[in-house]
Amino acid sequence: MQVSRRQFFKICGAGLSGSSIALMGYSPTSALAEVRSYKLAHATETRNMCPYCSVSCGVLIYTTGDKSKNAKADIIHIEGDPDNPVNRGTLCPKGAGLLDMVKSPNRLKFPEVREPGSNEWKRISWDDALTRIAKHMKADRDANFIEKNAAGVTVNRWPTFGFLASSAANNETGYLSHKVLRSLGAVAFDTQARI
Amino acid sequence: MTNHWVDIKNADLVLIMGGNAAEAHPCGFKWVIEAKKDRKAKLVTVDPRFTRSAAVSDFYAPVRAGSDIAFLGGVVNYLLEKDKIHHDYVKNYTNAGFLINPDYKFEDGLFSGYNPEKRNYAKATWGYQMTEADKKTGESWVKVDPTLQDPNCAFQLLKKHYSRYTPDMVSKVTGTPKEAFLKVCEMIAETAAADKTMTILYALGWTQHSVGSQNIRTMAIIQTLLGNMGMAGGGINALRGHANVQGITDMCLFGANLPGYIASPTEADVDRKTYVEKRTPKALRPGQMNFAQNFPKWFTSLQKAWYGNAATDKNDFAYEWLPKIDGAYDTLAIFEKMHQGKINGFVCQGFNPLASVSNKKKVGDALAKLKYLVVIDPLATDTSEFWKNHGEFNEVDASKIATEVFRLPADCFAEDTGSFTNSGRVIQWHWKAADGPGESKGDIEIIATLFQKLKAMYAKDGGKLPDPIMNLTWAHRIPTKPSSAELLMEISGKALGDVFDPKDKTKVIAKAGEQLAGFAQLRDDGSTSCGNWIYGGCWSQAGNLTARRDNADPSGLGQTLLWGFAWPANRRIIYNRASCDLAGKPWDPKRTVIRWTGTAWAGNDIPDMRPDAAPDENVMPFIMTPEGVARLFAPGMAEGPFPEHYEPFETPLDKNPFHPGNPKALNNPAARVYKGDMEVFGKAKDFPYVCTTYRLVEHFHFWTKHAKINAVLQPEQFVEIGEELAREKGIANGDRVKVRSNRGFIKAVAVVTKRIPTLMIDGKKTHTVGIPIHWGFKGLTKPGFITNTLTPYVGDANSQTPEFKAFLVNIEKA
Repeated sequence: MQVSRRQFFKICGAGLSGSSIALMGYSPTSALAEVRSYKLAHATETRNMCPYCSVSCGVLIYTTGDKSKNAKADIIHIEGDPDNPVNRGTLCPKGAGLLDMVKSPNRLKFPEVREPGSNEWKRISWDDALTRIAKHMKADRDANFIEKNAAGVTVNRWPTFGFLASSAANNETGYLSHKVLRSLGAVAFDTQARI
Repeated sequence: MTNHWVDIKNADLVLIMGGNAAEAHPCGFKWVIEAKKDRKAKLVTVDPRFTRSAAVSDFYAPVRAGSDIAFLGGVVNYLLEKDKIHHDYVKNYTNAGFLINPDYKFEDGLFSGYNPEKRNYAKATWGYQMTEADKKTGESWVKVDPTLQDPNCAFQLLKKHYSRYTPDMVSKVTGTPKEAFLKVCEMIAETAAADKTMTILYALGWTQHSVGSQNIRTMAIIQTLLGNMGMAGGGINALRGHANVQGITDMCLFGANLPGYIASPTEADVDRKTYVEKRTPKALRPGQMNFAQNFPKWFTSLQKAWYGNAATDKNDFAYEWLPKIDGAYDTLAIFEKMHQGKINGFVCQGFNPLASVSNKKKVGDALAKLKYLVVIDPLATDTSEFWKNHGEFNEVDASKIATEVFRLPADCFAEDTGSFTNSGRVIQWHWKAADGPGESKGDIEIIATLFQKLKAMYAKDGGKLPDPIMNLTWAHRIPTKPSSAELLMEISGKALGDVFDPKDKTKVIAKAGEQLAGFAQLRDDGSTSCGNWIYGGCWSQAGNLTARRDNADPSGLGQTLLWGFAWPANRRIIYNRASCDLAGKPWDPKRTVIRWTGTAWAGNDIPDMRPDAAPDENVMPFIMTPEGVARLFAPGMAEGPFPEHYEPFETPLDKNPFHPGNPKALNNPAARVYKGDMEVFGKAKDFPYVCTTYRLVEHFHFWTKHAKINAVLQPEQFVEIGEELAREKGIANGDRVKVRSNRGFIKAVAVVTKRIPTLMIDGKKTHTVGIPIHWGFKGLTKPGFITNTLTPYVGDANSQTPEFKAFLVNIEKA
């Protein structure tokens, strides 16, 4: 039986549900102007949180691919998480633009160094960057570490090194940063959270 | 927040002051609308600008930036004068009846014990009157007058202190019309009824002042007088900045604190015993929980988390390895030291201080004195290019700046797994969706790899005190890439040996190696480890509780106890014992948070009380204070036990109207001001306009200028001025203007608006200039000036949060 798309909906409208009609062997021939398939239907959904204000809205991040080894995930859409009891699916004008933050052309892509007096950045490897930084830190720590103060009290601090911590990083980043800083004897550190 | 976002819907009155939730926290603000719609709650907004929060308010009152204590002190006076307080609550749950040292004085704007040279107070006279120590037990208690009549009790002193804050005086100092002020008082006073609550939503509009902490303290006095603490729909609610600003505060990335708000050892704490004794308080009233008496357990468990087997009772649990601080190490103090050339190396992890810290010129000059700077960030920040000439937006000569700058690409939220803690203290796990761009790495991997390199160098070559580096616990499967799961388990707490029930020493409550159920299981004998005691139990034997996603809300109050994990102990409303009367019956049974069932405390939250503390034991609700009660009189504050109005450091007035004869009481007498910064405070004769900085709904700090859609929505820097000032200065809407302070200038487009009213202050017309902060020389927006070029280098006397909300400028057509 030849049934056009329009006729198919007419039959359904007469009282039977579409799916049972299809089960009975009727199905419409493909339409000329089909409704575009939902682009997120085959995307992978990941629960995350908006990094902006402290409402910390739940978000759903949609990526291409299914997390299999050869399918590199690419973020294609971010929206509010309707299950989250605080934002219940909503996002504000800041959060609604999250995709443009993730995809910002101003994202840093590789380590760089600006040498003293230079007017430009130079790309370097991670290993070079972290080795140079570690050497600077060790030299400064060994030169300026104070083991005892004038009164002879053990104070074990490194006052010539400072660190400002992000308040958009995870708790785990914050904790590990703190643990490492204290072990080095650092004291001059603070966070965006207190400004 | 003492309460949480969804709980706002339970309020009868919402006060927004020192914040603008509708624009800065739009998705949290929906709960205000819900309260209005479903409970017929009223919304009151008090702000120098007619904000979008004001636009949907039932009542709006203008106020001069920097005069909040005058306003709120006036509210305290109104409540006491009209006797609109919650009497049973004040009498039992606050220190109203506590007797204060008779030598405590407040004269001519200064409290007793002031040292003008050092700009600080000796606090000896700010204490309580104590009973003679018991000969046998040595116990001594605060003397209390339950009738609240003794002239030296906190309640009478409070009354006396705020009697000066009359409606006329309030109006004179704040510019709020007297009728508007009285209308706000009247609405607030209605919540003195036991079954009515007000919530206060504030943000940086209260903290970024030289009297920031006391702004909040004044509100805390109001909320305790009204009996609104611990109630559903009540509390003191700081709407904070970033998504994990609460969590990073809790981890205490701050020289003066160890994780969980444990005060760092100082040079005066010569050994562990001295340190621990000084920080372990004794109860001030009989039978109180005095929860901070557990300090030795929290601290020892932290040292065990960091140093494991190398921290034992034989070596004072490695106390010696902890650095001992010798003074202030807040952001302003750090940049001051850097400016003096005393800091050589510096790391900015997801922080853009050139834009976020006061007086951009000083910060830029300080960075130029560093030997090396490391910027770890997902974005190309302004700070990372402080050395580069960006025309008038950043006038520097790169060839003269010798700082070696490293810029390391970090992953952003979408590329990382871990937990964030929202403003309502709810810790929520989130999952990585994709890799970051190019060679970017997660922050944890960057810090861990750097640390491993340092450790290898110390192992090979030795150096100063390698022990804490070599012995730092690092039980990670991949040493250069610890997982967030491993770290959160360490933060939450583990049994290192078997942990026994204190009531039955033969009963094991946690076996060696298990995750602990909470901070109640911590011990000070080395048998437990815990990286942050307030997060104790967030990853228990039951698994990662922060990853829970059951949004069931059986009580209808919005508590959702199975969604994530709230610290402490998954408690959603802290001080919730105060939501019940002395007998344990809820002040408002329709909004029962907890109640006494006859055998235990139970209900719709985790009780903030020993579960079996029967009401007749008289254990009071404020368990974190040794008093057991809330403090109307708070001796711990830097500038006085009662908040007093002081003018901002840049004020349009030449005197403090409360103390016209005492120049020492013009500004916060205990605020720290560095040499060179005092000299560049502007005077009203040169800079006649009050300036305040703020945020827009389309932008988030200095990030979204890098996001295309937000850059399109708000592309260009602007300043807002009122119509009257525009007329006086011949400035039309859309003109380019130059705004100057005594530290620099910015240029921007003028928006002439009715939203910024002109106020009458002390008989003088006073105009306000408003500046959104979001621009800089890096980004997809049109390049703009860094707003903090203008701001003064001074902070709150307690927290050192900079005074960004009230300073002086001049304005002219550019």
